[in-house]
Order: sequence, then structure tokens, then C-alpha cells
Amino acid sequence: MFKTFPKGGIHPPENKITADKSVIVLPLPSTVTVPLNQHIGAPATPVVEKGSAVKTGQLIAQAKGFVSANIHSPVSGKVSKIEPVADSTGYKQMSIIIDAEGDEWVETTDRSATLVKEITMTREQIVERCRDCGLVGLGGATFPTHIKMTVPSGKKCDMLIINGVECEPYLTSDHRLMIEKGPEVLTGVTIIMKALGVTQAVIGIEANKPDAISTLAGLSKEFAGISVVALKVKYPQGGEKQLIKACTGREVPSGGLPLDVGVVVQNVGTAFAVYEAVQKNKPLIERVVTVTGKSVSRPGNFLVRIGTPVTKLIEAAGGMPDDTGKVVNGGPMMGKALAMTDVPVTKGTSGIILFPEPESRREEMMPCIRCGKCSSACAMGLEPWLLSVLSEKAMFEKAEADKITDCMECGACAYTCPAKRPLLDYIRLGKTTVIKMVRERITK
Amino acid sequence: MSSTVLFTIIMLSLLGLLAAVILYVVAQKFKVVEDPRIDLVNEVLPGANCGGCGFTGCRAFSEVLVRSDSFEGLNCPVGGSETMGKAAVILDRQPVAVEPKIAVLRCNGTPEHSQRTSNYDGAMNCRVAHALYGGTTACHYGCLGCGDCVTSCKFDAMYMAPVTQLPVIIDDKCVACGACVKACPRNIIELRKRNRKDRKIYISCVNKDKGGPARKACSVACIGCGKCVKVCPYDAITMADNLAFIDSFKCKLCRKCVIECPTGAILEINFPVKEEKPAEHAVTEVN
Repeated sequence: MFKTFPKGGIHPPENKITADKSVIVLPLPSTVTVPLNQHIGAPATPVVEKGSAVKTGQLIAQAKGFVSANIHSPVSGKVSKIEPVADSTGYKQMSIIIDAEGDEWVETTDRSATLVKEITMTREQIVERCRDCGLVGLGGATFPTHIKMTVPSGKKCDMLIINGVECEPYLTSDHRLMIEKGPEVLTGVTIIMKALGVTQAVIGIEANKPDAISTLAGLSKEFAGISVVALKVKYPQGGEKQLIKACTGREVPSGGLPLDVGVVVQNVGTAFAVYEAVQKNKPLIERVVTVTGKSVSRPGNFLVRIGTPVTKLIEAAGGMPDDTGKVVNGGPMMGKALAMTDVPVTKGTSGIILFPEPESRREEMMPCIRCGKCSSACAMGLEPWLLSVLSEKAMFEKAEADKITDCMECGACAYTCPAKRPLLDYIRLGKTTVIKMVRERITK
Repeated sequence: MSSTVLFTIIMLSLLGLLAAVILYVVAQKFKVVEDPRIDLVNEVLPGANCGGCGFTGCRAFSEVLVRSDSFEGLNCPVGGSETMGKAAVILDRQPVAVEPKIAVLRCNGTPEHSQRTSNYDGAMNCRVAHALYGGTTACHYGCLGCGDCVTSCKFDAMYMAPVTQLPVIIDDKCVACGACVKACPRNIIELRKRNRKDRKIYISCVNKDKGGPARKACSVACIGCGKCVKVCPYDAITMADNLAFIDSFKCKLCRKCVIECPTGAILEINFPVKEEKPAEHAVTEVN
């Protein structure tokens, strides 16, 4: 049978409506809003001023500090404003607003579609290029890629795992990328393998994407060391630790990193971006976003420039249906509802889902009956009901002892709870508080 | 038969004696000497264990009072000067006069003033909502309305008003323990000096945005125009980050700023109706 991770997991309805919809290139927007913090870590510092003329792909904000990423102009035109703009959370953050005029690219980027398989760069050059091009993990966590490509001294890496799982229902952007850009993705994987100095790479894909599995398995014969593993459909298989367990049987220790078991995990989207950055010198200025929903008239996968307003994406998918109750940024399990649709697409936007009103509402909360369904669903082997209560009652020391920081916020517990308790809401609160507490303890 | 009884009595007596010796030794060894004044002070404290003094409870506070040399900086907000006076008598210290305070809500973002742009569907907890997103209105400084402050209040001095969707502080019951101030993730609640007849003048807004966006988000927002700063004869008003602040200890309640404020962000509460406005009202009072 197909491989999978052993502990917990759920299987929500897949609803992959857009699985057979080819990626459509979205027309250029007239203005883009580029937030300076689209990644985990410190916000980038702008290197352009109001009124500066910029070209597509030009550096507009420089990474600040080690954990940070460069940001490039997604369009050519003029910087109209640099001011705080509300992002997808509703909070304001510094953003560069550019009025687009034409689409003039920086000369260094190779815009031809020819496949370049030969890797001429050295390991250091590859990491350097990924940093310059502002690459971040495109699975959603947006961790700067160049850091993950550098194996710290004292750690050993012997395997690369590529995450093609896309276990979130509805989303199909990675799926389409694997089918349409197979050779590029595999070249990207080879580049990452070279940067890490490993000879072995595994691409994990869930069994509900047989076309992607066969495409990549067929193509991978031409690439040394790459194999494709079909995995059982189970959420949250896309979680780093779950994917490692499913593909290799290795278990990342609590509080540890994949490197502790000699593995680095990258998303297929990231592998494609690495290919474009290294072989074509193209910075990360566009990505594939799935726009979907049961009542959306033309759901699809769109290649959009970063900074495009979400409203434009919804228009391209046939406009917002009248019965829309909630617009979710990301997957239905881990994504966040948008407070308004007038927010820009960022490097971490993998999908926009429009839920009809009846589906969008949470059901009435009831008391916990200690049925233990959440504990069975938890892929990390935690007790969500307990962690949730501890966080609610501000017993953070106890929550820390019960490993609240191991939670990856997949939401399987809240999904499965028959009492409809907002388990994840409280766990997330507890987790952030505990992390802050631990940090303060270290600095003391 | 009689020897058994005798033996039993002797054995039990010996055991009793042994136990007495052990207990005596242990009692001497682990003797805890406690200042008897701690109990006396603890008795005059309110016993609410609210933590308003900054210590874990009334008992902990009485220990601190007994240990400290002066009452400077120490205050029980619930009991106020009266309680502190009693404690001072017990401990033979000089009581320090402390101004009584009251909590005020610095947000007036009712549905009428601030349009709702989204619905919140998550856990009814302000800290959860605050960490998640900007809030149901375009103002991401204002009240989230989940009622963490009401839950934190141990004196039943707060409730959520269903129409305004804002918490209300009951002046008579508020003891300024500061629990709500700590509970609010957006720092909207402030402890201010309690004036005669609970009269209050304060900026009912914490929006730090520039005038335009602030006004767009809420019709009664402080737009940072600075008119109140200019008009104040007592230098009680300061401006920082597009937001005015009235120092309650400098404010003399002259109400000049209230008239001057273009958005109505400055509230005057518990004042009598102004004489010049309703003329008939003044006449009836004279009669």
C-alpha cells in the first residue's frame, strides 16, 4: 500500500475542483502593493524612493539581517508611495506601491522558455543566487530558502525531500506546477541537491494526483538520484515532520529540525523558483495561486505577480459569487480568512478560496465531552483538548511541559471536534505565548 | 490477664513519650517565626486578592507592608487611603496619601461610529482575535469586543453593552485594581485620577494613524489635529503618534478641549448639563 505517517491524521473532502485547470497567466495589474515582510524574519529595507522608476525584477527592498529576504519589483513603472498598508491580517505594514507602466524587465533575466538543464554554478554561487533572488519557501511558511540550503557545521544532510503532497483540500497550484513544469521542477531539485551536497532526493506526492506522479516518475529517469514516492491521501502529510516520517521512516525529535535526522524538505514550488533563479536569473516576483470555491463560476490556477490585489484574482475567476460568506487566504485547513479582499498577493499566498455562506460559518460551540477525537487526529501525538484549556486559563508553564510548541497548527483537532470547540485558536495563542516566554528565559 | 493489661499500658505510655519527644524536637528544629503584625495587617486589607497592588494577593501584600520601611509606592487600590491608614497605624508608619483612580475605556468605536467591515467567527477571546487579525472594523487599534476585560474584573464593575458592542465600566464598583488594563491586548483601558462626582474628561480613542485613515475608520477618532493641545490652559494635553493624551493629574476639568475637538473624540462624563444650552431648563431650576 501507499506510504504514510503513522500517528493521527484526517481525511477531509478533497474538493480539488481546479485539478485539471491549466495555469493561466493573469494580465498585469495597474498598481501593485508589495509588503516588505512577506517572509519569516525581519522585514526588508526599501532601497527605492517615492518617484523612482523601477524595472520588473529590480531589487526594491534589501534583506535586513540573516533571516530575511530580498524583495523585487513585480512590475515596471514608478514607485508612487511607500507607506503602511493593511495586509491580509488587517494590520498595517510598510509596503511599496508601484504604478505599472508596460513590462520592461531587468536585462539580466533570461526570459526565454528553453529548458536549461546543465548546472554550471558552484554550491556557494547557488545559495548566493537564491538569496539575491529573494527566494522563500512557497509552501506557505515562507522561510528564506538560502538558509535552508546551507547545512550548518556539525550537522549532516544525506537526503532532500521535495514536498509535492499538497494535502490541503481545494489547492492545486503545486499539482499543476508538477504537471506543466515537470522538467524545470526536477532541474530545480537537482540544483538544491547540489547546493546541499546530497545524492538522493525523494519527491513525495499524494495518491490523489496520479497524473503528477506518473509525469514526474517518468521524467525523473533522466535525473540522477531523484525518485518519486506515492503517499496515501492523509492530512497533514505536507507537514515537514510527517512527510519525513512517511518517506523515510525517520522521526524528527521533539523540538528538533529535519536536519537532526539528516533531511532537508523543500516545496515543489520552491524547487521551480530555484530553477528560475539559478538558471534564468529570475527573482521571485510571481507565483501560482489557486482561486476556487464551490460557487465560483470560473475557478482556476493563475500565475500572478506578487502585489496584485486579491480582488483582481477573484475577478479573473468570474467574480465573487453572491453567496460568499468567507474568503480564505491559503488552504481551508491552515489558511486565514481575509478581513477584506483589497489586499495584495504575497510570496506565501497559495490559494484564495471563496466559501459559500452556510459552509463558512463555525458551528455553535459545546462543552468538551473528553471523547479524545482530537488526540487521535493529532499527527504530533499531542492532547489538543488539554493544550487548549491550558492556554485559555493562561497556564502556560504546564502547556510548555505538555509540548505545546510541537504543534504545527494544522487544525486537524478543531476539524474533528464534535463539540466544535475552537481548539486551534487557543493552542495558537498558547504556543506564541510559550515561545515568547522561552525566548525571554534565554535572553535572561 | 493482669500482666497483659499492665504490659499494654506501659507500652502505650512509652510510645506516647517517644512521640512527644520526636514532636518536640521537630517543632524546635523547624520553628517558623512569623511577624504577628502580618496577620493584623492582613485583617484590615479587603481580602479580594485582586492583585491590584502588584503582589499575588492580600497576604503577600501584608508581608511586603510589614517588611518595607516606608509606604512610598505601595497602595491598595481597593481599600484606598482608609485601608492604608489603618495599616499605617498597626505598623506605626507614615501613611502616604494616594489619589484614588478609576478605569476608563479609551475607545468609542460603536457600530454607529465605526463601520463593521468583517465578522469575527473565532474563539470569543480578545487575545486570540488580536493575534489573528486587525478586527471587525477598519481601526486596528480599537476594542475587539470579545470581553476579556469583563471576564478579568473581579468586582462586577464591567459588562458588555449589546448595542455599542463595547464594555462599560460601572464607576461605583470600579476599584482601579488594573486587572482589565492587563487583560486588554490593545491597551485601550487606562487608569485615571478619580475626580469629584466621578467626572471624567479623556480622549476616547487610541488610534495612532494619521488623521485621514483614522477618521475613515471611525467618525469619532482622534485625528491628531492638535487643537486641544493649543486650547488647554494647563498644559495637560500632549500629542504623540497622531494621538492626543490628557494627563488626568494636570487636567482641571475646564472642558475647553471638549468644545474644540472636531471629531468629538474627547468625552466629558458625569458633568451637569451646560447652562447656556437649554435655556428653559435653567429657568425651571431657578423657580
